[in-house]
Amino acid sequence: MALFEAGRQPGPPAASHRASDGVLIRIEGLRKSFGDLLVLDGVNLEVRKGETVVIMGGSGCGKSTVLRHLIGVLEPDDGKVELFDQDLSQLDEDGLSALRRRFGILFQSGALYNSMTVGENVALPLREHTNLAEDIIQIIVKIKLELVGLRDFESLMPAQLSGGMRKRVGLARAIALDPEIVFYDEPTTGLDPIVAGVIDKLINDLKISLGITSLVVTHDMESAFRIADRMVMLYEGRVVASGTPEEIKKTSNPLVRQFVQGEPDGPIPLRLSKVDYEADLLSFKPLK
Amino acid sequence: MTSVLAAVGNWFFSLLRYLGGLSYLFCDGLWWIGAGPLLGKGRIRREETFHQMTRISIRSFGIVSLVIFFVGMILAFQMAYVLKTLGVVGYVADIIGVAMVREMGPLLVGMVMTGYAGAAIAAEIGTMVVSEEVIALESSALNPIRFLVVPRVLAAMIMMPMVTMVAIYVGIFGGFVVAVWILDLDRIEYLRRTVEALTHTDLISGLIKAEIFGVLIACIACFEGLSVTGGAEGVGRATTNAVVRSIIAIIVSDLVFTAIFYYFL
Ligand SMILES: Nc1ncnc2c1ncn2[C@@H]1O[C@H](COP(=O)(O)OP(=O)(O)OP(=O)(O)O)[C@@H](O)[C@H]1O
Ligand SMILES: [Mg+2]
Repeated sequence: MALFEAGRQPGPPAASHRASDGVLIRIEGLRKSFGDLLVLDGVNLEVRKGETVVIMGGSGCGKSTVLRHLIGVLEPDDGKVELFDQDLSQLDEDGLSALRRRFGILFQSGALYNSMTVGENVALPLREHTNLAEDIIQIIVKIKLELVGLRDFESLMPAQLSGGMRKRVGLARAIALDPEIVFYDEPTTGLDPIVAGVIDKLINDLKISLGITSLVVTHDMESAFRIADRMVMLYEGRVVASGTPEEIKKTSNPLVRQFVQGEPDGPIPLRLSKVDYEADLLSFKPLK
Repeated sequence: MTSVLAAVGNWFFSLLRYLGGLSYLFCDGLWWIGAGPLLGKGRIRREETFHQMTRISIRSFGIVSLVIFFVGMILAFQMAYVLKTLGVVGYVADIIGVAMVREMGPLLVGMVMTGYAGAAIAAEIGTMVVSEEVIALESSALNPIRFLVVPRVLAAMIMMPMVTMVAIYVGIFGGFVVAVWILDLDRIEYLRRTVEALTHTDLISGLIKAEIFGVLIACIACFEGLSVTGGAEGVGRATTNAVVRSIIAIIVSDLVFTAIFYYFL
């Protein structure tokens, strides 16, 4: 995979449709605004089967918004989102439901069902979408919770968990149905280094043993380099860089370098305010 | 002048949009109660529906009884005050019977339930929207209408007439207590008059009202909850809106149905 640096030009179009090229996730020219705020300005991304792709990007640059398009809860203003070669906007309710059973998502906030216990949270997709017997479901729940190290917490309510634990339960729930694709929104944020390592290993294990395709949003560079087959960087609503972890490490792209090395000075401004600071401070009318 | 017209027009259109959204939610709910399970699209969540039914019946019953028992007593005093001057205090039984069955029973249960269940439903669902639980449901191919709205609307549809029925007894008993122990009416005579004054039509019209109020309360509460935007503040707003709009909806539909019953039943 060659490193391309799209800069400010429109990203490379992947218009031609090759049905069997193994691309499970395809985003083409995705644009989205909330009111006046243009968040995504033509995002292009392809993820192949069995690949783990990491999306990096500053806070508020629209990473979670990309995921929301992929799970079909936001509709693009323009552009196309495809999963398993199916255009989400062309699907009816049933088609979308069928598709949604084939992926799992870990939300940034965990998004656990607060009225249900940890065990019920993980069991819910199994109870609703399979005809498995209750004792089998109980076993699967234990297995999934063991994967994230929370088997003893099965009967607790989400409110009794820490933020990091909630995220791990969210992960157990996301993989309950053994999905083909898993979307992770900041899986290791808020976890201690050891647990973060465990989660990274879990993501890698899922890829190796089950061939699961993963799209991971993260700020955690250490984790990103551990799990990524390919990394893309989102900046000002576009994918500005893409490459293997080695290519990203060695890149000359100043945006990526700054982000990866966490430098305060560089082309990415910390402050997104459009109004000049001094002018803003002096703009107050003096009180009489 | 034009700005007033524009404001009225705007208000009217937003009202229409609101009613449209509400009816859509209700029809969607009905579909998931009837056709959805038959076509194998997803079953009704029985346990959750039972849970909601206890909320609307057993758990709210204390407050409902208290209110309607007192209203029954108050009504007996107020009616006796008027009827005394005409020398027909015995009519208290007829009036309380008819008033409770046709009007006060369903109306008071509706009002109490708005505060007790409607507000809670709106807050609950609103909080689920804010904490991304609803998006999580959708993304796991679980339809929020089937999952959240149906158990609540169905519970209200099943339980509201039953609660109203029991509440009517409690209200009539309230009137009975005052009539017998304070107004010194004969207890057998009181009960006989109550039974004689009432017809099946009275009861049916009362229970139809209760059913309609139940649907309105549950649908409005779910609708407000699902349309929450923003954080805790949005949930607060939705809860207030659910209560205020349910009360308006109840009172308006009460008038409409009372008029219909008056002419056609
Ligand atoms: N529902 C919404 N309504 C209005 N604006 C929104 C909405 N969702 C997101 N935004 C805006 O879109 C931008 C991108 O949000 P998003 O949550 O995708 O960021 P992010 O890249 O995931 O950030 P973080 O790393 O902090 O999670 C933000 O500026 C946010 O204010
Ligand atoms: Mg985010």
